[in-house]
Amino acid sequence: MNENWALFKRNLFEFWKAFRRNKLGLLGGFLVLTAILAATFAPLLTPYAPTEVIRDVNGRGLTFAPPSVHAPLGTDDAGRDIWSQLIYGARVSLAVGFLAGFIAMFIGSLFGILAGYFGGRIDNLLMRVTDVLLVIPDLPLMLVLVATLRQMDLHVSPLVVLVFVIGLLYWTSTARLIRSQVLTIKERQYVARSRAIGAGHVHIIRKHILPQIMPLIVANTVLIISTAILIESGLAFLGLGDPTQPSWGAMLNFAFDRSAVTNGAWWFYLPPGFAIVWVTLGCVLLGNVLEDMLNPRLTAHHLESNQNMIAIQKREGE
Amino acid sequence: MTVQPLLSVRHLTTEFQLAGKQIARALEDVSFDVMPGKTIGLVGESGCGKTTTLMSIMRLLPASGRITSGNVYFNGIDLLTLSEHEMRAHRWKEMSIIFQGAMNALNPVMKIGDQIREAILLHNLMPRNAAEQRVGELLELVGIPRLRRDLYPHQYSGGMRQRAMIAMALACSPDLLFADEPTTALDVMIQAQVLELLKEIQKKLGLAIVLVTHDLGVVAEMCDDVVVMYGGKVAEYGSAELVYNQPQHPYTQRLLEAFPDLSRSIDSSTDLATIPGTPPRLNALPPGCRFSPRCHKSMEICTQIAPDLIAQNTAGNAQHLAACHLLNKLEIKNS
Repeated sequence: MNENWALFKRNLFEFWKAFRRNKLGLLGGFLVLTAILAATFAPLLTPYAPTEVIRDVNGRGLTFAPPSVHAPLGTDDAGRDIWSQLIYGARVSLAVGFLAGFIAMFIGSLFGILAGYFGGRIDNLLMRVTDVLLVIPDLPLMLVLVATLRQMDLHVSPLVVLVFVIGLLYWTSTARLIRSQVLTIKERQYVARSRAIGAGHVHIIRKHILPQIMPLIVANTVLIISTAILIESGLAFLGLGDPTQPSWGAMLNFAFDRSAVTNGAWWFYLPPGFAIVWVTLGCVLLGNVLEDMLNPRLTAHHLESNQNMIAIQKREGE
Repeated sequence: MTVQPLLSVRHLTTEFQLAGKQIARALEDVSFDVMPGKTIGLVGESGCGKTTTLMSIMRLLPASGRITSGNVYFNGIDLLTLSEHEMRAHRWKEMSIIFQGAMNALNPVMKIGDQIREAILLHNLMPRNAAEQRVGELLELVGIPRLRRDLYPHQYSGGMRQRAMIAMALACSPDLLFADEPTTALDVMIQAQVLELLKEIQKKLGLAIVLVTHDLGVVAEMCDDVVVMYGGKVAEYGSAELVYNQPQHPYTQRLLEAFPDLSRSIDSSTDLATIPGTPPRLNALPPGCRFSPRCHKSMEICTQIAPDLIAQNTAGNAQHLAACHLLNKLEIKNS
């Protein structure tokens, strides 16, 4: 137990050492981490609630106030603080992005593994479903779906609807990617060996296939999350978000509805746009770097295992 | 008292579905017996069905392969009639394989010890800590320090990997071991070590070995019986001694001539013989005897009718069979 923990710590340290060398990865990690921290500690970072109207000494709302000491990023048309909306909005955007990303990743991996591993009819069936979803234009389909579902009195928050619609539609590319990888792995001889020792499908998938595609899944999850955040912003911008909770897309929607552009209130629409770029860029950078690093054939892994060898030789010497 | 064969392959025929509805008959009417504790060699050129024979017996053919007829009796049970689930229980517990090319048969991202343990745990033979103990014993049996269980395949040398494969094959104490070219891709010293190890293990554990190889020297050293295969059929089958000393099939004769004999004095004037041509493509087999296009003794009948396996007159109860029209003729002449 203790030994495993030590090994885990060493692996983690090796991972960090390799990760640190990659400037772009560091930048991506920084971008994502700051967004997550801002969302988590939002109440500590601002004195105002996102819906609170800031008033001047006369009790009048400060509408369209430019950035100042009171409101670092200015206020919107109702006198609410943009900065507060931005960091509280991060909660919604990130939550929807992460949840939808995980759902999409789960479905995509499941379909990809089943289709790739079993092949034949199952492959055909799953891939045709995938193809159908791939050729339907995403945005119109999602608009229709979200709008329809919201009419249906489901008694769930519009955000839950968003999470499921994005999650259930955005797994197709992942499924294709995973499937192609599984196709190459299942032909390897150690999979044949595993079958020869009497292993069933579940065992082979769990022990031999999953560990090999895990890096791909992890890296892809990060990329899918960034897509999900973008989509969520897009849908919210089109008015399909939750109007009672600020999110970055909803903020843009408000900004355009309340003619922030014509009022010259750049502080209303630039920050949410910038925040979306911030997180998605971070995810993309992080995803690409993770994909390289987690690949078991690359250097980081070998460094770790050679230390393993040195430790064993030392123990043998004793 | 007669000893029942451990494995009895009868008229095994396996076909592969090729693209465009073509069918390649990879095995045809293959029969042989494996006696408990004995070693049998499967020899022949590449692509003559040696590995397919093993995979058919273990029922591990790829999806395109199909056993169309025949029986495989293991301890009297016909393996071909079992369900996939029942077959899984037989694999490794009763018969295991040392795969061709140890590097590829080991998962590169799994520790060696974990891979050996995999089979033991899969068959629920013993609890985890006992299995761990067994992994250590197996590694030591094949001459690898037990602490090295925690290394990955790429940290092993070629010979060590092959020995780890052997340890893995022994994990569930099988009665029968298939060794699919266990010495290819190893240098001569390591080859000798691996063969020595196999012999030693066979003596210690009393298991039967089916050795697939195209190295006739290995067969001569290791095997009690030999099956010479050509183009998916058995060309000659008999005790190693008889096949070596009195080869009946022209293919066996040419194979033996093509092999350097260290006991012969080195005479630069006699080059090693070669067999012209290549083995037949399995989807375009020649009519008649499959070896006829390359056979230096080919007759007219050889290109028309496939010869049957004919029992040769042998002293005692040693078996010796060969499939060649030449032998038929002799028999007709004799009678």
